[in-house]
Amino acid sequence: MKIWAIMLRILRQFRRDKRTLALIFIAPLVVLTLMHLVFNGKDYEPNLGIVQIPAPLVTSLEKQGATIFTYEDKERADQALDERKIDAIITQSGNGLDVKLEGSEPTVNKSVLMLLQKVSRELQPDVNGAADKMNVSYLHGSEDMTSIDQFGPILIGFFVFFFVFLIAGVSFLRERTTGTLERLLSTPIKRWELVVGYVGGFGIFTVFQALLISWFCIQVLGILMAGSFAFVLLLTLLLSMTALTLGTLLSAFANNELQMIQFIPLIIVPQLFLSGLFPLETLPEWLQQLKIVMPLTYGTEALSEVMIRGKGWDTIAGNIFVLIGFSLVFMLLNVLALRKHRKI
Amino acid sequence: MSHNESVIQATHVGKRFGKKMVLNDISLEVRPAETFGLLGPSGSGKTTLVKLLTGIDTVSSGEVRIFGTVMPKLSMLRQIGYMAQSDALYTELSALENLEFFAALYGMKGPRRKIRIREVMEIVALGDDLHKRVDQYSGGMKRRLSLAIALLHEPPLLVLDEPTVGIDPLLRQSIWSELKALNAKGTTILMTTHVMDEAEKCDRLGMIRNGALLAADTPSALISQAGKQTIEEAFIYYGGGES
Ligand SMILES: Nc1ncnc2c1ncn2[C@@H]1O[C@H](COP(=O)(O)OP(=O)(O)OP(=O)(O)O)[C@@H](O)[C@H]1O
Ligand SMILES: [Mg+2]
Repeated sequence: MKIWAIMLRILRQFRRDKRTLALIFIAPLVVLTLMHLVFNGKDYEPNLGIVQIPAPLVTSLEKQGATIFTYEDKERADQALDERKIDAIITQSGNGLDVKLEGSEPTVNKSVLMLLQKVSRELQPDVNGAADKMNVSYLHGSEDMTSIDQFGPILIGFFVFFFVFLIAGVSFLRERTTGTLERLLSTPIKRWELVVGYVGGFGIFTVFQALLISWFCIQVLGILMAGSFAFVLLLTLLLSMTALTLGTLLSAFANNELQMIQFIPLIIVPQLFLSGLFPLETLPEWLQQLKIVMPLTYGTEALSEVMIRGKGWDTIAGNIFVLIGFSLVFMLLNVLALRKHRKI
Repeated sequence: MSHNESVIQATHVGKRFGKKMVLNDISLEVRPAETFGLLGPSGSGKTTLVKLLTGIDTVSSGEVRIFGTVMPKLSMLRQIGYMAQSDALYTELSALENLEFFAALYGMKGPRRKIRIREVMEIVALGDDLHKRVDQYSGGMKRRLSLAIALLHEPPLLVLDEPTVGIDPLLRQSIWSELKALNAKGTTILMTTHVMDEAEKCDRLGMIRNGALLAADTPSALISQAGKQTIEEAFIYYGGGES
């Protein structure tokens, strides 16, 4: 009897809480769909830059699915490689091939090398170990580069974002549920002062968090770090700020801690999928475009530029301004959302 | 002159949540240095009315003026000390830290803040528990701390939503005498209650039921006009609930 009463109560609570219900049934479908798209995506087909390569080789490269860009000289090809327009440059040297890989994504490296092996086997079926004739070099990274080196910057960005989002969101939410928000708003404090105060207070913590995480990953875990530590710090900090402002904003749309947690699969997980953990090229175009509205992707992209490719201010400036922009917009929206609790 | 004479002036105030009318055409006046009580059963709209009068929430119809200024108005919030029905304290912090936080929001600092914190904690008899964390407070202690915070910045208008719930009779008595002393110093007090004997201590009383103001006058006038012996009987009379 008592058990039944408890079961009934829980069922009733669920019926009232449509959001949790939707989360239980719909969210897994969304996440599974994303996974499916990612892992069942077609094989990655590399973009190859060629400098003076015989025509039959070009035809068979294209037959294997590579997209070919022809360059007059090595300089232009190098520039295209640096800009990541192409994944590798292929030139002829003696009777072998010189392959220069962009190098920052191990999975892409692998697919380029596999494609070349197939091609050389096709052209010279009688020669075993055709790959021996390939001279492979790397623009960034090396063959030692592991997946963690590639994913390190992404994971740093993600975890900073995730935890700051949750903690800031829940603590702002608790202001509301414990009634302290109402009390705060009965004092002559302005709404924007409250929002800025929150950002400031949590901001102090996020500075330390950014320091700790960046230091730990680079010094302790030894993740590849080609660029400047200061940029890594700046980027982690800006990512936390964005997460902080987004978390406090969204807490206005949650009624309890559980509903705050529900934002994870809705807001956080999709950002992780599109943040570069998986090669985006295999995703449908429309899904890739969603990246534009996702703060996390700007952060992880810039972090990868700095940590793997050793890029500096010129490359990441755009992303930095976008992150600052996101934070400011979220803060503004939060000031507006607080109107729900006090009109002035 | 008309507005300046009253501390709170509500004219034809109505409040609607969605389709539900929670308050209906309420007009009342709270005069300087009096204790005005709002008496009504649970769910009658006391808290809703109090929030409208302090400008935390906005009216659906009608107008509220405080010290002659139309509410809501940010600058007027400084004139009000509001004690909500829920305690609204930061339980992870000590009482002192809570008081310091709210004092800072009212721009109090330095020695004045220190002295005021001591004073209000003495008023609510929590002087010895200043450094205790609030999650170690009892229910009544939290209530008193909440009251202390409302008193902190010496507002000319105190708005207290059921201030004495969970406080024992002896302490309640002493809090009442402090409130009366504040009245004597010129502070105006608006409070809600559903305790009849407490209602009798108010200078004037507004009886509210189902979102309507039934009557507002001194307790003795209310009783005699109804031709009854007690506030309780008078309340039933004005509510038309006599059968
Ligand atoms: N935010 C809201 N949305 C919808 N209805 C509300 C809201 N707040 C209050 N109400 C309704 O307004 C009515 C009056 O509520 P209010 O809190 O003012 O009562 P009260 O007199 O303070 O009761 P109590 O003595 O129990 O504190 C109730 O019927 C309540 O359900
Ligand atoms: Mg109430």
